[in-house]
Amino acid sequence: MSRTSVIELQDVLLVTIQGELTDRDAMALQEELTSSVASSSARGVLIDVSGLDIVDSFLARTLHDIAAASALLAADTVVVGMRPEVAITLVELGLTLPGLGTALTVADGMDKLNGSARPR
Amino acid sequence: MTDILTVHEVRINEEIDIVHVRQAARDLAVSVGFSLVEQTKLVTAASELARNTLVHGNGGRARIELGRALDGTPTLRLAFTDTGPGIADIDQALTDGYSSAGGLGLGLSGARRLADDFDLDTEPGKGTTVTVGFRARRPARG
Repeated sequence: MSRTSVIELQDVLLVTIQGELTDRDAMALQEELTSSVASSSARGVLIDVSGLDIVDSFLARTLHDIAAASALLAADTVVVGMRPEVAITLVELGLTLPGLGTALTVADGMDKLNGSARPR
Repeated sequence: MTDILTVHEVRINEEIDIVHVRQAARDLAVSVGFSLVEQTKLVTAASELARNTLVHGNGGRARIELGRALDGTPTLRLAFTDTGPGIADIDQALTDGYSSAGGLGLGLSGARRLADDFDLDTEPGKGTTVTVGFRARRPARG
C-alpha cells in the first residue's frame, strides 16, 4: 500500500516515502533504515515526505526516532518536502519536532547535509 | 442542528483498519469540498482516534456522518466507539504528553485541538466513544 525506497547517494541515504503507511510499515522502515545507516556508514539520511498526505503522531515519532538512532550512528537526518497542510496540522497537533532537521527540497537537504546550505 | 446526509461505518479490528478509516474520512471530506488543510486536519484526527480505538479500546468502529448545517455548510462527524476498559481519569487522558501505552500522548488532546467540536463519553469497564466534528469553511464567493 505504501512505497518506500532507499537509495544510496554518495554517503547519504535518500529515503522516499509515498502512499499510506501503516504503523507496522513505519516501524519496519525505522529498523531497516537504522541497519542501513550502520552497514553503509552513511553520513546522512534524507527523508523525502512530499508524497505523504498526512503525518500523524505515530509517524512523527518514528521520524524523530529515526533521526535519534541515526545520530547515535554518526549520521545526520534531514526531512524534506513536507506539505504545508501537513506542517499546519502537525503544529496544531502539538508536534513541532524540535531537533529534526528540515529542508524544503531534496537539493536543499543535500546541501544541508554537506554543510553548505545555500543562503536564502 | 445538522441534517445527516450519509453514514459510513468502518470496523477497527486491526492495524490496516486505521488506514481504511483515514481513506473513508478523506473520500467523504473531498466529496463535499473540504479544503486541503481541513481534509488534512480531519484525516489526521481520524488517524489518531482510530489508533486509540485499536490500541486502548481493543478495537471497535468508526461511524462517519456527512451532514449539512442549517446554513448549508458541509459537516463531517466522526464517532469512534469501543467496548474497552474506558477512561478512568478523563482530565489526565486529555493532558498533552500523558500516555498509557508508551505513545506521545497527543492522540486525544491533539485530535481535540484539530476538531471544531469534541465530545468524550466513557465509562470504566464499559467503553469509550470519542466524537469529533468538522465544518467546511468555504471561501466567501463574490
